[in-house]
Amino acid sequence: MNFISFIQPLLAPLQAGLALMLSPLLLGVINRTKAAFAGRNGQPVLQLYFDLWKLLHKGAVYSRTTTWVFRAGPIIGLAAVLLATMFVPLGGLRSTVSFTGDLVLLAYLLGLMRFFTVLAALDTGSSFEGMGASREVAFSALAEPALLLGLAALARQSGSLSLSSIYSSLSFDAWLEAGPMLALVVAVLMVVFLAENARIPVDDPNTHLELTMIHEVMVLDHSGPDFAFILYGAALKLWVLGALLAGLIIPIRTGNPWLDGGACLMGMFVIAMIVGIVESSMARLRLLCVPQLLVGAGALAVVALILSLR
Amino acid sequence: MNTDIILILLVLTNLRLLGAGRLGASVRTVAVQGVLLGVLALLTHHDNLTVAVLLVALSGMILKGVVFPWLLFRALREAEVEREVEPFVGPILSLLAGVAALSGSLWLARRLPLPESPGSSLLVAVALFSILVGLFLIITRKKAISQVLGFLVMENGIYAFGVGLVLESPLLVELSVLLDVFVAVFVMGIIIFHISREFDHIDTHELTNLKD
Repeated sequence: MNFISFIQPLLAPLQAGLALMLSPLLLGVINRTKAAFAGRNGQPVLQLYFDLWKLLHKGAVYSRTTTWVFRAGPIIGLAAVLLATMFVPLGGLRSTVSFTGDLVLLAYLLGLMRFFTVLAALDTGSSFEGMGASREVAFSALAEPALLLGLAALARQSGSLSLSSIYSSLSFDAWLEAGPMLALVVAVLMVVFLAENARIPVDDPNTHLELTMIHEVMVLDHSGPDFAFILYGAALKLWVLGALLAGLIIPIRTGNPWLDGGACLMGMFVIAMIVGIVESSMARLRLLCVPQLLVGAGALAVVALILSLR
Repeated sequence: MNTDIILILLVLTNLRLLGAGRLGASVRTVAVQGVLLGVLALLTHHDNLTVAVLLVALSGMILKGVVFPWLLFRALREAEVEREVEPFVGPILSLLAGVAALSGSLWLARRLPLPESPGSSLLVAVALFSILVGLFLIITRKKAISQVLGFLVMENGIYAFGVGLVLESPLLVELSVLLDVFVAVFVMGIIIFHISREFDHIDTHELTNLKD
């Protein structure tokens, strides 16, 4: 017990360090799962680290039509998602920074990241990127209410407005008491997780076909370190939403930080494998059907909120 | 707790009906709803499980889960209609209307003075929600078969209300209601077939153009 109280102040920076170091590994796990399903060997698990290292040593190319907005986009996007990472607790642990209402700030930091990615895409003046930007905004406008309503249901259930205290109260007892409501929130967060990270069934991260791309098309003109920032930002976003999901699915709250955090970490890699399985076994939805999926998730979030208000 | 899970599943089947794009999926969802209602009846009366309760629940499950879907699928096949729902109100707006109806029925259920408190606080709200969804389906869908489905969903809502509120519902009443619904669906299936043979479609919207 003494050891745990000694380690407590070190946990916050440790958590942040884990997020910064391990988030690209999640994408590696997803890619390896997909490769295994397709019967390939696949790229190394650490491929994204190599890519980032390579890109950081390259120079960037800027078109003459672009302005400072295009250069600011990746930097502000990465800064926003880095800040968001500090708010997300790993399982029942306290996050690096936490205060009342940080869940709203989290949602809007992700919104800020998207806003600047979209602005940078529009700044290139390419009609192709404008198309992707318009799709991204249309879909995220539907995904954001689902995320906020789902988090509101959790906040109402635990009677607190800070992510750390919400997630530390999500024990086995909470699942026994309000299992159906929490299961609904899991479904909502899963859809938001897939949509926000541009994974199948909403967007295909591998495709470069102009008719169907959403996220990939917006970042086509970025190069060198800028593109590295974007890739790293996407990995961190995967980590942020993955931690929200894993903390909910794995209700292990023993009070021992190693056990709680370790279980949540394992959960995140299992979620990455599930994403890989979903991507190997499902086709992309038609573009027209995506809003239906997202509104459906929003409706489930409302049902969860109503159940928690009861 | 267990009845709550069934009630939440009922809400989800209703939302699925509002968002469904295909007639086959709608028919299957209504079948699932019928089976869920039977389970609900058994769960709410599991303390005093009599032969009457068992008979009503099981016959309801068989009728709504097996016989009605079979009748409706046969009508679909014989009328040779396209498989899309063709709503006047699209799936997204329908879902939003469903969410509004759910909130409204919860609000109403809290204010409804009842002689006897039901088993679960959700029950009255879910029953009202089913009735509203049934009405919505009848109003906003073009095909005659969707209106049969809407009618069934409304009946399911009334059934859920009865199951939760009346502890010892008279066997005769329950069975006669089931028989009524059975006859109604049977007749509607035949009518759909005849409408489609006469007019080459089962689009009720076109009926406004009829002259004598």
